Amino acid sequence: MADAPLQVTGPEVKADVRTPVREVLTDVFRTFVAGVQDYSLLCARSVSNIFSRPFYFQDTLTQMDDIGVGSLPIVLLAGLFIGAVLVLQTATQFVRFGQASLTGDAVSIALVRELGPTLTGLLVAGRCASGIASELGSMQVTEQVDAMRAMGTDPYRKLVTPRVVATLLMVPLLTALNDFVGLLGGCISAMFSLRLGAVEFWTRAINALDLGDLMQGLAKPVVYGFILATVGCYKGLTVRGGTQGVGRATTQAVVVSSVMIIIADLFLTKFALYMSDKIF
Amino acid sequence: MVIAGAATSEYSRADLHGGPAVKFSDVSMGFDEGEVLRGVSFAVAERETLILLGETGTGKTLTLKLAAGLLRPSSGRVEVLGEDVSEMSERELLEFRRKIGFVFQEGALFDSMTVEENVAYRLREEHVPESEIAPRVEEVLEFVELGHTLEMLPSELSGGMRRRVSIARALVSRPEIVLYDSPTAGLDPVTSQTIITLILRLRDVYGVTSLLATHRLQDGFALANFRFDAKEKSVVRLAKGQQAGAVTRFMVYRHLEGKNEAGNEEYDNGIYFDGTPEEVMTSKDPYIRRFLV
Repeated sequence: MADAPLQVTGPEVKADVRTPVREVLTDVFRTFVAGVQDYSLLCARSVSNIFSRPFYFQDTLTQMDDIGVGSLPIVLLAGLFIGAVLVLQTATQFVRFGQASLTGDAVSIALVRELGPTLTGLLVAGRCASGIASELGSMQVTEQVDAMRAMGTDPYRKLVTPRVVATLLMVPLLTALNDFVGLLGGCISAMFSLRLGAVEFWTRAINALDLGDLMQGLAKPVVYGFILATVGCYKGLTVRGGTQGVGRATTQAVVVSSVMIIIADLFLTKFALYMSDKIF
Repeated sequence: MVIAGAATSEYSRADLHGGPAVKFSDVSMGFDEGEVLRGVSFAVAERETLILLGETGTGKTLTLKLAAGLLRPSSGRVEVLGEDVSEMSERELLEFRRKIGFVFQEGALFDSMTVEENVAYRLREEHVPESEIAPRVEEVLEFVELGHTLEMLPSELSGGMRRRVSIARALVSRPEIVLYDSPTAGLDPVTSQTIITLILRLRDVYGVTSLLATHRLQDGFALANFRFDAKEKSVVRLAKGQQAGAVTRFMVYRHLEGKNEAGNEEYDNGIYFDGTPEEVMTSKDPYIRRFLV
Protein backbone atom coordinates (compact mmCIF):
# COMPACT_ATOMS: atom_id res chain seq x y z
CA MET A 1 0.00 0.00 0.00
CA ALA A 2 2.90 2.33 0.71
CA ASP A 3 4.31 1.93 -2.81
CA ALA A 4 1.38 3.39 -4.70
CA PRO A 5 1.75 7.08 -5.58
CA LEU A 6 -0.49 9.43 -3.69
CA GLN A 7 -3.06 10.97 -5.96
CA VAL A 8 -4.43 14.33 -5.07
CA THR A 9 -7.89 14.74 -6.43
CA GLY A 10 -10.09 17.78 -6.25
CA PRO A 11 -13.82 17.72 -5.58
CA GLU A 12 -15.50 15.47 -8.10
CA VAL A 13 -17.41 17.21 -10.82
CA LYS A 14 -20.50 15.35 -11.89
CA ALA A 15 -20.96 15.57 -15.61
CA ASP A 16 -24.41 16.54 -16.75
CA VAL A 17 -25.65 13.17 -17.97
CA ARG A 18 -28.72 13.23 -20.11
CA THR A 19 -29.65 9.91 -21.65
CA PRO A 20 -30.71 10.34 -25.29
CA VAL A 21 -34.27 9.35 -26.10
CA ARG A 22 -33.06 6.78 -28.58
CA GLU A 23 -31.12 4.98 -25.85
CA VAL A 24 -34.10 4.95 -23.53
CA LEU A 25 -36.34 3.52 -26.23
CA THR A 26 -33.73 0.89 -27.14
CA ASP A 27 -33.52 -0.13 -23.48
CA VAL A 28 -37.28 -0.39 -23.19
CA PHE A 29 -37.47 -2.43 -26.37
CA ARG A 30 -34.68 -4.71 -25.23
CA THR A 31 -36.34 -5.24 -21.84
CA PHE A 32 -39.61 -6.02 -23.59
CA VAL A 33 -38.03 -8.57 -25.92
CA ALA A 34 -36.14 -10.20 -23.02
CA GLY A 35 -39.43 -10.34 -21.12
CA VAL A 36 -41.21 -12.01 -24.01
CA GLN A 37 -38.37 -14.53 -24.26
CA ASP A 38 -38.46 -15.36 -20.55
CA TYR A 39 -42.23 -15.62 -20.61
CA SER A 40 -42.17 -17.98 -23.59
CA LEU A 41 -39.62 -20.19 -21.84
CA LEU A 42 -41.84 -20.30 -18.76
CA CYS A 43 -44.83 -21.32 -20.88
CA ALA A 44 -42.86 -24.04 -22.65
CA ARG A 45 -41.49 -25.43 -19.39
CA SER A 46 -44.83 -25.37 -17.63
CA VAL A 47 -46.32 -27.58 -20.34
CA SER A 48 -43.33 -29.89 -20.85
CA ASN A 49 -43.21 -30.56 -17.11
CA ILE A 50 -46.60 -32.26 -17.37
CA PHE A 51 -45.07 -35.08 -19.37
CA SER A 52 -42.21 -35.97 -17.04
CA ARG A 53 -41.71 -36.83 -13.39
CA PRO A 54 -42.01 -35.70 -10.69
CA PHE A 55 -45.57 -34.49 -10.98
CA TYR A 56 -47.01 -32.68 -7.98
CA PHE A 57 -50.50 -34.12 -7.96
CA GLN A 58 -51.47 -32.84 -4.52
CA ASP A 59 -50.48 -29.29 -5.38
CA THR A 60 -52.48 -29.48 -8.60
CA LEU A 61 -55.59 -30.58 -6.72
CA THR A 62 -55.18 -27.74 -4.23
CA GLN A 63 -54.92 -25.26 -7.07
CA MET A 64 -57.95 -26.71 -8.84
CA ASP A 65 -59.88 -26.16 -5.64
CA ASP A 66 -58.59 -22.60 -5.21
CA ILE A 67 -59.07 -21.57 -8.82
CA GLY A 68 -62.13 -23.61 -9.78
CA VAL A 69 -64.26 -23.86 -6.70
CA GLY A 70 -63.01 -20.56 -5.34
CA SER A 71 -64.05 -18.63 -8.44
CA LEU A 72 -67.47 -20.26 -8.63
CA PRO A 73 -69.45 -17.66 -6.64
CA ILE A 74 -68.29 -14.68 -8.63
CA VAL A 75 -68.56 -16.42 -11.98
CA LEU A 76 -72.09 -17.65 -11.33
CA LEU A 77 -73.26 -14.34 -9.90
CA ALA A 78 -71.85 -12.36 -12.78
CA GLY A 79 -73.26 -14.83 -15.30
CA LEU A 80 -76.74 -14.65 -13.84
CA PHE A 81 -76.96 -10.89 -14.00
CA ILE A 82 -75.22 -10.47 -17.32
CA GLY A 83 -77.63 -12.96 -18.87
CA ALA A 84 -80.58 -11.07 -17.46
CA VAL A 85 -79.28 -7.71 -18.65
CA LEU A 86 -78.46 -9.07 -22.09
CA VAL A 87 -82.01 -10.25 -22.59
CA LEU A 88 -83.41 -6.90 -21.50
CA GLN A 89 -81.16 -4.97 -23.85
CA THR A 90 -81.64 -7.14 -26.93
CA ALA A 91 -85.33 -7.64 -26.36
CA THR A 92 -86.08 -3.93 -26.78
CA GLN A 93 -84.58 -4.13 -30.26
CA PHE A 94 -86.42 -7.29 -31.32
CA VAL A 95 -89.74 -6.08 -29.94
CA ARG A 96 -89.59 -3.24 -32.47
CA PHE A 97 -89.89 -5.82 -35.26
CA GLY A 98 -92.41 -7.88 -33.34
CA GLN A 99 -89.93 -10.70 -32.99
CA ALA A 100 -89.47 -10.80 -29.23
CA SER A 101 -89.06 -14.55 -29.35
CA LEU A 102 -85.81 -14.19 -31.27
CA THR A 103 -84.24 -12.83 -28.09
CA GLY A 104 -83.46 -16.34 -26.88
CA ASP A 105 -81.52 -17.15 -30.05
CA ALA A 106 -79.49 -13.99 -29.99
CA VAL A 107 -78.62 -14.10 -26.30
CA SER A 108 -77.68 -17.74 -26.45
CA ILE A 109 -75.25 -17.28 -29.30
CA ALA A 110 -73.73 -14.15 -27.78
CA LEU A 111 -73.27 -15.81 -24.42
CA VAL A 112 -71.87 -19.12 -25.56
CA ARG A 113 -69.61 -17.81 -28.30
CA GLU A 114 -68.31 -14.64 -26.78
CA LEU A 115 -69.53 -13.22 -23.51
CA GLY A 116 -69.38 -16.38 -21.46
CA PRO A 117 -65.75 -17.27 -22.20
CA THR A 118 -64.43 -13.72 -22.18
CA LEU A 119 -66.29 -12.66 -19.08
CA THR A 120 -65.23 -15.78 -17.22
CA GLY A 121 -61.68 -15.31 -18.44
CA LEU A 122 -61.51 -11.73 -17.24
CA LEU A 123 -63.16 -12.48 -13.90
CA VAL A 124 -60.88 -15.40 -13.17
CA ALA A 125 -57.89 -13.35 -14.35
CA GLY A 126 -58.80 -10.59 -11.93
CA ARG A 127 -59.26 -13.00 -9.07
CA CYS A 128 -56.60 -15.63 -9.69
CA ALA A 129 -53.82 -14.00 -11.71
CA SER A 130 -53.45 -11.45 -8.92
CA GLY A 131 -53.53 -14.16 -6.25
CA ILE A 132 -50.92 -16.22 -8.07
CA ALA A 133 -48.65 -13.23 -8.67
CA SER A 134 -48.81 -12.04 -5.08
CA GLU A 135 -48.28 -15.51 -3.63
CA LEU A 136 -45.32 -16.34 -5.84
CA GLY A 137 -44.00 -12.80 -5.56
CA SER A 138 -44.02 -12.95 -1.76
CA MET A 139 -42.20 -16.25 -1.89
CA GLN A 140 -39.65 -14.79 -4.29
CA VAL A 141 -38.82 -11.74 -2.15
CA THR A 142 -38.50 -13.80 1.04
CA GLU A 143 -36.06 -16.16 -0.72
CA GLN A 144 -38.44 -19.10 -0.36
CA VAL A 145 -38.12 -19.86 -4.09
CA ASP A 146 -34.33 -19.92 -3.75
CA ALA A 147 -34.68 -22.12 -0.66
CA MET A 148 -36.77 -24.51 -2.72
CA ARG A 149 -34.08 -24.67 -5.39
CA ALA A 150 -31.38 -25.07 -2.74
CA MET A 151 -33.27 -28.10 -1.52
CA GLY A 152 -33.48 -29.78 -4.86
CA THR A 153 -37.02 -28.86 -5.93
CA ASP A 154 -37.67 -27.33 -9.32
CA PRO A 155 -39.91 -24.32 -8.58
CA TYR A 156 -41.42 -24.52 -12.07
CA ARG A 157 -42.62 -28.05 -11.38
CA LYS A 158 -43.86 -27.34 -7.90
CA LEU A 159 -45.36 -23.88 -8.34
CA VAL A 160 -46.04 -23.14 -12.00
CA THR A 161 -47.15 -26.40 -13.61
CA PRO A 162 -49.86 -27.19 -11.02
CA ARG A 163 -51.38 -23.75 -11.52
CA VAL A 164 -51.30 -24.03 -15.29
CA VAL A 165 -52.89 -27.49 -15.27
CA ALA A 166 -55.52 -26.28 -12.82
CA THR A 167 -56.55 -23.33 -15.01
CA LEU A 168 -56.55 -25.42 -18.19
CA LEU A 169 -59.04 -27.77 -16.56
CA MET A 170 -61.09 -25.36 -14.49
CA VAL A 171 -61.66 -22.32 -16.68
CA PRO A 172 -63.58 -24.24 -19.37
CA LEU A 173 -65.74 -25.81 -16.67
CA LEU A 174 -66.38 -22.42 -15.11
CA THR A 175 -67.26 -21.07 -18.54
CA ALA A 176 -69.78 -23.83 -19.13
CA LEU A 177 -71.44 -23.09 -15.81
CA ASN A 178 -71.35 -19.39 -16.56
CA ASP A 179 -73.12 -19.99 -19.88
CA PHE A 180 -75.80 -22.07 -18.22
CA VAL A 181 -76.44 -19.62 -15.42
CA GLY A 182 -76.42 -16.77 -17.96
CA LEU A 183 -79.18 -18.44 -19.93
CA LEU A 184 -81.02 -19.05 -16.69
CA GLY A 185 -80.84 -15.40 -15.81
CA GLY A 186 -81.93 -14.51 -19.29
CA CYS A 187 -84.84 -16.89 -19.04
CA ILE A 188 -86.03 -15.40 -15.76
CA SER A 189 -85.66 -11.93 -17.19
CA ALA A 190 -87.57 -12.93 -20.32
CA MET A 191 -90.39 -14.47 -18.28
CA PHE A 192 -90.95 -11.48 -16.06
CA SER A 193 -90.13 -8.58 -18.34
CA LEU A 194 -91.14 -9.84 -21.75
CA ARG A 195 -93.85 -12.29 -20.77
CA LEU A 196 -92.08 -14.91 -22.87
CA GLY A 197 -92.70 -18.55 -22.07
CA ALA A 198 -89.81 -20.25 -20.32
CA VAL A 199 -90.05 -23.37 -22.44
CA GLU A 200 -90.10 -21.38 -25.63
CA PHE A 201 -87.10 -19.34 -24.55
CA TRP A 202 -85.07 -22.39 -23.62
CA THR A 203 -85.94 -24.35 -26.75
CA ARG A 204 -84.99 -21.51 -29.04
CA ALA A 205 -81.82 -20.80 -27.05
CA ILE A 206 -80.60 -24.38 -27.30
CA ASN A 207 -81.62 -24.87 -30.93
CA ALA A 208 -79.80 -21.73 -31.96
CA LEU A 209 -76.49 -23.26 -30.97
CA ASP A 210 -74.50 -25.48 -33.25
CA LEU A 211 -71.32 -27.46 -32.78
CA GLY A 212 -69.14 -24.62 -34.04
CA ASP A 213 -70.45 -22.32 -31.32
CA LEU A 214 -69.74 -24.86 -28.62
CA MET A 215 -66.27 -25.58 -29.97
CA GLN A 216 -65.48 -21.92 -30.01
CA GLY A 217 -67.02 -21.32 -26.62
CA LEU A 218 -65.05 -24.09 -24.92
CA ALA A 219 -61.75 -23.72 -26.75
CA LYS A 220 -61.38 -20.06 -25.88
CA PRO A 221 -61.41 -20.65 -22.11
CA VAL A 222 -58.55 -23.13 -22.46
CA VAL A 223 -56.39 -20.43 -24.02
CA TYR A 224 -57.56 -17.80 -21.51
CA GLY A 225 -56.78 -20.11 -18.61
CA PHE A 226 -53.30 -20.74 -19.93
CA ILE A 227 -52.70 -17.01 -20.36
CA LEU A 228 -53.82 -15.98 -16.90
CA ALA A 229 -51.86 -18.70 -15.09
CA THR A 230 -48.63 -18.16 -17.01
CA VAL A 231 -48.77 -14.38 -16.75
CA GLY A 232 -49.52 -14.58 -13.03
CA CYS A 233 -46.63 -16.99 -12.44
CA TYR A 234 -44.24 -14.99 -14.61
CA LYS A 235 -45.01 -11.71 -12.86
CA GLY A 236 -44.75 -13.36 -9.46
CA LEU A 237 -41.43 -15.09 -10.08
CA THR A 238 -39.77 -12.01 -11.60
CA VAL A 239 -40.60 -9.65 -8.76
CA ARG A 240 -37.91 -7.17 -7.74
CA GLY A 241 -37.97 -4.69 -4.94
CA GLY A 242 -39.67 -6.07 -1.84
CA THR A 243 -43.28 -5.43 -0.92
CA GLN A 244 -43.68 -2.58 -3.37
CA GLY A 245 -42.49 -4.87 -6.11
CA VAL A 246 -45.05 -7.50 -5.11
CA GLY A 247 -47.84 -4.94 -5.28
CA ARG A 248 -46.67 -3.78 -8.69
CA ALA A 249 -46.38 -7.35 -9.96
CA THR A 250 -49.91 -8.17 -8.78
CA THR A 251 -51.41 -5.20 -10.59
CA GLN A 252 -49.43 -5.87 -13.73
CA ALA A 253 -50.45 -9.53 -13.71
CA VAL A 254 -54.12 -8.58 -13.84
CA VAL A 255 -53.66 -5.86 -16.45
CA VAL A 256 -51.40 -7.84 -18.75
CA SER A 257 -53.45 -11.04 -18.58
CA SER A 258 -56.70 -9.14 -19.16
CA VAL A 259 -55.29 -7.32 -22.18
CA MET A 260 -53.84 -10.54 -23.59
CA ILE A 261 -57.18 -12.29 -23.15
CA ILE A 262 -58.97 -9.56 -25.05
CA ILE A 263 -56.43 -9.58 -27.86
CA ALA A 264 -56.47 -13.38 -28.00
CA ASP A 265 -60.25 -13.21 -28.21
CA LEU A 266 -60.08 -11.36 -31.51
CA PHE A 267 -57.69 -13.83 -33.09
CA LEU A 268 -59.46 -16.87 -31.71
CA THR A 269 -62.83 -15.63 -32.93
CA LYS A 270 -61.45 -15.03 -36.39
CA PHE A 271 -59.84 -18.44 -36.42
CA ALA A 272 -62.98 -20.13 -35.12
CA LEU A 273 -65.20 -18.50 -37.71
CA TYR A 274 -62.78 -19.54 -40.42
CA MET A 275 -62.71 -23.11 -39.11
CA SER A 276 -66.48 -23.35 -38.79
CA ASP A 277 -66.75 -22.31 -42.42
CA LYS A 278 -64.38 -25.03 -43.47
CA ILE A 279 -65.35 -27.86 -41.16
CA PHE A 280 -68.74 -27.51 -39.55
CA MET B 1 -27.61 -42.13 14.66
CA VAL B 2 -26.93 -40.63 18.07
CA ILE B 3 -25.70 -37.10 18.41
CA ALA B 4 -23.27 -37.87 21.17
CA GLY B 5 -20.73 -35.62 19.58
CA ALA B 6 -18.34 -38.44 18.83
CA ALA B 7 -16.33 -37.78 15.74
CA THR B 8 -16.97 -41.33 14.68
CA SER B 9 -20.70 -40.79 14.05
CA GLU B 10 -22.13 -41.96 10.74
CA TYR B 11 -21.97 -38.43 9.55
CA SER B 12 -18.30 -37.69 10.05
CA ARG B 13 -16.14 -37.19 7.03
CA ALA B 14 -13.44 -39.76 7.55
CA ASP B 15 -12.85 -39.97 3.82
CA LEU B 16 -11.91 -36.55 2.51
CA HIS B 17 -11.97 -35.91 -1.22
CA GLY B 18 -8.43 -34.74 -1.31
CA GLY B 19 -9.14 -31.51 -3.14
CA PRO B 20 -10.57 -28.19 -2.08
CA ALA B 21 -14.22 -28.30 -1.04
CA VAL B 22 -14.98 -25.02 -2.79
CA LYS B 23 -12.84 -23.36 -5.43
CA PHE B 24 -13.49 -20.13 -7.31
CA SER B 25 -11.31 -19.43 -10.35
CA ASP B 26 -11.38 -15.92 -11.77
CA VAL B 27 -15.09 -15.51 -11.18
CA SER B 28 -16.83 -12.35 -12.24
CA MET B 29 -20.43 -11.56 -11.59
CA GLY B 30 -22.56 -8.53 -12.01
CA PHE B 31 -26.02 -7.26 -12.72
CA ASP B 32 -27.46 -4.47 -14.85
CA GLU B 33 -26.34 -1.97 -12.23
CA GLY B 34 -22.71 -3.04 -12.57
CA GLU B 35 -20.19 -5.65 -11.58
CA VAL B 36 -20.01 -6.80 -8.00
CA LEU B 37 -17.28 -9.42 -8.23
CA ARG B 38 -14.42 -9.25 -10.65
CA GLY B 39 -11.75 -11.93 -11.05
CA VAL B 40 -12.36 -13.52 -7.66
CA SER B 41 -10.25 -16.59 -6.91
CA PHE B 42 -10.01 -18.52 -3.68
CA ALA B 43 -10.17 -22.07 -2.35
CA VAL B 44 -11.66 -23.53 0.80
CA ALA B 45 -10.21 -26.81 2.01
CA GLU B 46 -12.42 -29.53 3.46
CA ARG B 47 -13.45 -28.93 7.07
CA GLU B 48 -12.18 -25.39 6.84
CA THR B 49 -14.27 -22.41 7.86
CA LEU B 50 -14.23 -19.34 5.67
CA ILE B 51 -15.63 -16.12 7.05
CA LEU B 52 -16.82 -13.68 4.38
CA LEU B 53 -16.76 -10.25 5.92
CA GLY B 54 -17.90 -6.99 4.42
CA GLU B 55 -20.47 -4.25 4.17
CA THR B 56 -23.88 -4.78 2.67
CA GLY B 57 -23.87 -5.11 -1.08
CA THR B 58 -20.23 -6.10 -1.46
CA GLY B 59 -20.91 -9.59 -2.82
CA LYS B 60 -20.91 -11.92 0.19
CA THR B 61 -24.38 -13.36 -0.48
CA LEU B 62 -23.55 -13.46 -4.16
CA THR B 63 -20.49 -15.62 -3.45
CA LEU B 64 -22.59 -18.02 -1.42
CA LYS B 65 -25.27 -18.26 -4.09
CA LEU B 66 -22.63 -18.89 -6.74
CA ALA B 67 -21.16 -21.67 -4.60
CA ALA B 68 -24.61 -23.28 -4.27
CA GLY B 69 -25.21 -22.96 -8.01
CA LEU B 70 -28.24 -20.75 -7.43
CA LEU B 71 -26.63 -18.21 -9.74
CA ARG B 72 -24.29 -18.64 -12.65
CA PRO B 73 -21.19 -16.43 -12.91
CA SER B 74 -20.74 -14.14 -15.90
CA SER B 75 -17.27 -15.63 -16.30
CA GLY B 76 -14.91 -17.95 -14.46
CA ARG B 77 -15.35 -21.36 -12.83
CA VAL B 78 -16.91 -22.44 -9.59
CA GLU B 79 -15.91 -25.91 -8.42
CA VAL B 80 -17.59 -27.52 -5.45
CA LEU B 81 -16.45 -30.91 -4.18
CA GLY B 82 -14.50 -31.37 -7.36
CA GLU B 83 -17.39 -30.71 -9.75
CA ASP B 84 -17.82 -27.68 -11.96
CA VAL B 85 -21.00 -26.08 -10.73
CA SER B 86 -20.98 -23.23 -13.25
CA GLU B 87 -21.42 -25.64 -16.13
CA MET B 88 -24.10 -27.92 -14.72
CA SER B 89 -27.65 -27.96 -16.01
CA GLU B 90 -30.45 -27.17 -13.60
CA ARG B 91 -31.41 -30.83 -13.37
CA GLU B 92 -27.87 -31.92 -12.45
CA LEU B 93 -27.71 -29.10 -9.95
CA LEU B 94 -30.86 -30.23 -8.21
CA GLU B 95 -29.21 -33.60 -7.60
CA PHE B 96 -25.97 -32.01 -6.58
CA ARG B 97 -27.46 -29.64 -4.02
CA ARG B 98 -28.16 -32.56 -1.74
CA LYS B 99 -24.59 -32.24 -0.55
CA ILE B 100 -24.95 -28.57 0.25
CA GLY B 101 -26.91 -26.96 3.05
CA PHE B 102 -27.91 -23.32 2.68
CA VAL B 103 -29.06 -21.16 5.57
CA PHE B 104 -30.71 -18.05 4.12
CA GLN B 105 -30.59 -14.60 5.63
CA GLU B 106 -34.07 -14.41 7.11
CA GLY B 107 -34.42 -18.16 7.38
CA ALA B 108 -36.59 -18.38 4.25
CA LEU B 109 -38.86 -20.97 5.84
CA PHE B 110 -41.95 -21.91 3.84
CA ASP B 111 -44.47 -19.88 5.76
CA SER B 112 -47.53 -21.92 4.97
CA MET B 113 -45.96 -25.12 6.29
CA THR B 114 -45.38 -26.23 9.87
CA VAL B 115 -41.89 -26.61 11.30
CA GLU B 116 -42.04 -30.36 10.83
CA GLU B 117 -43.06 -29.99 7.17
CA ASN B 118 -40.32 -27.44 6.61
CA VAL B 119 -37.59 -29.58 8.08
CA ALA B 120 -38.84 -32.78 6.43
CA TYR B 121 -39.31 -31.03 3.07
CA ARG B 122 -36.17 -32.28 1.44
CA LEU B 123 -36.66 -35.81 2.69
CA ARG B 124 -40.20 -35.93 1.34
CA GLU B 125 -39.03 -34.61 -2.02
CA GLU B 126 -36.53 -37.46 -2.15
CA HIS B 127 -39.28 -39.95 -1.27
CA VAL B 128 -37.58 -41.13 1.89
CA PRO B 129 -39.98 -43.51 3.69
CA GLU B 130 -42.09 -41.84 6.38
CA SER B 131 -40.78 -44.21 9.02
CA GLU B 132 -37.30 -42.81 8.45
CA ILE B 133 -38.36 -39.18 8.19
CA ALA B 134 -39.79 -38.79 11.69
CA PRO B 135 -36.66 -39.82 13.63
CA ARG B 136 -34.37 -37.73 11.41
CA VAL B 137 -36.52 -34.64 11.80
CA GLU B 138 -36.65 -35.08 15.56
CA GLU B 139 -32.90 -35.60 15.64
CA VAL B 140 -32.04 -32.33 13.90
CA LEU B 141 -34.67 -30.37 15.82
CA GLU B 142 -33.21 -31.70 19.06
CA PHE B 143 -29.79 -30.61 17.82
CA VAL B 144 -31.05 -27.04 17.50
CA GLU B 145 -33.04 -27.47 20.72
CA LEU B 146 -36.45 -26.92 19.18
CA GLY B 147 -37.95 -30.39 19.51
CA HIS B 148 -41.19 -28.99 20.90
CA THR B 149 -42.04 -26.83 17.90
CA LEU B 150 -42.98 -29.56 15.41
CA GLU B 151 -46.53 -28.41 14.77
CA MET B 152 -45.97 -24.66 14.93
CA LEU B 153 -46.01 -22.32 11.97
CA PRO B 154 -43.01 -20.06 11.26
CA SER B 155 -45.11 -16.98 12.06
CA GLU B 156 -45.50 -18.28 15.61
CA LEU B 157 -41.75 -18.49 16.18
CA SER B 158 -39.33 -15.77 17.21
CA GLY B 159 -36.60 -14.63 14.81
CA GLY B 160 -33.94 -16.66 16.55
CA MET B 161 -36.09 -19.77 16.56
CA ARG B 162 -36.76 -19.37 12.86
CA ARG B 163 -33.02 -19.22 12.17
CA ARG B 164 -32.50 -22.37 14.17
CA VAL B 165 -35.25 -24.19 12.28
CA SER B 166 -33.62 -23.00 9.09
CA ILE B 167 -30.33 -24.53 10.22
CA ALA B 168 -32.13 -27.77 11.11
CA ARG B 169 -33.72 -27.79 7.66
CA ALA B 170 -30.33 -27.41 6.00
CA LEU B 171 -28.90 -30.16 8.19
CA VAL B 172 -31.46 -32.86 7.71
CA SER B 173 -29.86 -34.25 4.58
CA ARG B 174 -26.41 -34.39 6.23
CA PRO B 175 -24.63 -32.00 3.87
CA GLU B 176 -20.86 -31.82 3.50
CA ILE B 177 -20.82 -28.08 3.07
CA VAL B 178 -23.02 -25.55 4.85
CA LEU B 179 -23.36 -22.00 3.55
CA TYR B 180 -24.59 -19.44 6.07
CA ASP B 181 -25.87 -16.08 4.88
CA SER B 182 -25.70 -13.61 7.79
CA PRO B 183 -27.08 -16.10 10.32
CA THR B 184 -26.96 -13.59 13.18
CA ALA B 185 -28.24 -10.56 11.31
CA GLY B 186 -30.99 -8.75 13.18
CA LEU B 187 -30.69 -10.87 16.31
CA ASP B 188 -29.92 -9.72 19.83
CA PRO B 189 -26.49 -10.64 21.27
CA VAL B 190 -27.78 -13.53 23.38
CA THR B 191 -29.61 -15.19 20.50
CA SER B 192 -26.61 -14.56 18.24
CA GLN B 193 -24.49 -16.48 20.75
CA THR B 194 -26.89 -19.41 20.51
CA ILE B 195 -26.63 -19.46 16.75
CA ILE B 196 -22.83 -19.23 16.78
CA THR B 197 -22.66 -22.05 19.33
CA LEU B 198 -24.79 -24.14 16.99
CA ILE B 199 -22.46 -23.41 14.09
CA LEU B 200 -19.50 -24.36 16.27
CA ARG B 201 -21.16 -27.62 17.19
CA LEU B 202 -21.87 -28.35 13.54
CA ARG B 203 -18.28 -27.73 12.62
CA ASP B 204 -16.67 -29.65 15.42
CA VAL B 205 -19.17 -32.49 15.80
CA TYR B 206 -19.99 -33.13 12.14
CA GLY B 207 -16.87 -31.78 10.49
CA VAL B 208 -18.72 -29.77 7.86
CA THR B 209 -16.98 -27.24 5.67
CA SER B 210 -18.54 -23.86 6.44
CA LEU B 211 -18.74 -20.62 4.53
CA LEU B 212 -20.20 -17.90 6.69
CA ALA B 213 -21.08 -14.45 5.38
CA THR B 214 -21.41 -11.81 8.06
CA HIS B 215 -20.77 -8.16 8.78
CA ARG B 216 -19.93 -8.86 12.42
CA LEU B 217 -16.31 -9.60 13.08
CA GLN B 218 -17.02 -11.09 16.51
CA ASP B 219 -18.84 -13.99 14.87
CA GLY B 220 -15.72 -14.80 12.91
CA PHE B 221 -13.51 -14.53 15.96
CA ALA B 222 -15.86 -16.72 17.96
CA LEU B 223 -15.44 -19.43 15.34
CA ALA B 224 -11.70 -18.91 15.17
CA ASN B 225 -11.01 -18.86 18.89
CA PHE B 226 -13.47 -21.37 20.29
CA ARG B 227 -14.40 -24.95 19.78
CA PHE B 228 -17.19 -27.19 20.95
CA ASP B 229 -16.08 -29.79 23.44
CA ALA B 230 -18.25 -32.85 22.97
CA LYS B 231 -17.42 -34.30 26.38
CA GLU B 232 -18.09 -31.10 28.32
CA LYS B 233 -21.02 -30.35 25.95
CA SER B 234 -19.97 -26.73 25.98
CA VAL B 235 -17.94 -24.16 24.10
CA VAL B 236 -14.31 -24.00 25.15
CA ARG B 237 -11.74 -21.35 24.33
CA LEU B 238 -8.79 -22.54 22.28
CA ALA B 239 -5.31 -22.04 23.66
CA LYS B 240 -3.15 -19.67 21.65
CA GLY B 241 -1.82 -21.32 18.53
CA GLN B 242 -4.06 -24.35 18.89
CA GLN B 243 -6.07 -25.40 15.86
CA ALA B 244 -9.63 -26.65 16.31
CA GLY B 245 -9.07 -29.39 13.80
CA ALA B 246 -10.80 -26.99 11.45
CA VAL B 247 -8.92 -23.97 10.20
CA THR B 248 -10.65 -20.60 10.09
CA ARG B 249 -9.85 -17.97 7.48
CA PHE B 250 -11.16 -14.51 6.73
CA MET B 251 -12.00 -12.86 3.46
CA VAL B 252 -12.94 -9.19 3.54
CA TYR B 253 -15.11 -7.73 0.81
CA ARG B 254 -15.36 -4.17 -0.35
CA HIS B 255 -17.25 -2.28 -3.02
CA LEU B 256 -15.56 -2.15 -6.39
CA GLU B 257 -14.53 1.19 -7.85
CA GLY B 258 -13.96 2.63 -4.42
CA LYS B 259 -10.79 4.13 -3.16
CA ASN B 260 -9.03 3.18 0.04
CA GLU B 261 -8.21 5.76 2.63
CA ALA B 262 -4.99 6.69 0.88
CA GLY B 263 -6.99 7.59 -2.22
CA ASN B 264 -5.68 4.75 -4.37
CA GLU B 265 -7.55 2.12 -6.24
CA GLU B 266 -5.88 -0.86 -4.61
CA TYR B 267 -8.32 -3.61 -5.17
CA ASP B 268 -10.42 -4.30 -8.19
CA ASN B 269 -11.98 -7.67 -7.51
CA GLY B 270 -14.26 -7.16 -4.57
CA ILE B 271 -11.95 -9.10 -2.25
CA TYR B 272 -9.99 -6.70 -0.23
CA PHE B 273 -8.17 -9.03 2.12
CA ASP B 274 -7.67 -12.75 2.55
CA GLY B 275 -5.91 -14.09 5.63
CA THR B 276 -5.86 -15.65 9.06
CA PRO B 277 -7.63 -14.39 12.17
CA GLU B 278 -4.31 -13.18 13.61
CA GLU B 279 -3.64 -11.06 10.54
CA VAL B 280 -7.07 -9.47 10.85
CA MET B 281 -6.58 -8.76 14.54
CA THR B 282 -3.23 -7.09 14.01
CA SER B 283 -4.09 -5.32 10.76
CA LYS B 284 -3.32 -1.62 10.51
CA ASP B 285 -5.61 -1.09 7.52
CA PRO B 286 -8.25 1.53 8.36
CA TYR B 287 -11.05 -0.29 6.48
CA ILE B 288 -10.47 -3.53 8.36
CA ARG B 289 -10.08 -1.76 11.66
CA ARG B 290 -13.61 -0.38 11.24
CA PHE B 291 -14.94 -3.89 11.68
CA LEU B 292 -12.94 -4.36 14.85
CA VAL B 293 -15.00 -1.81 16.77
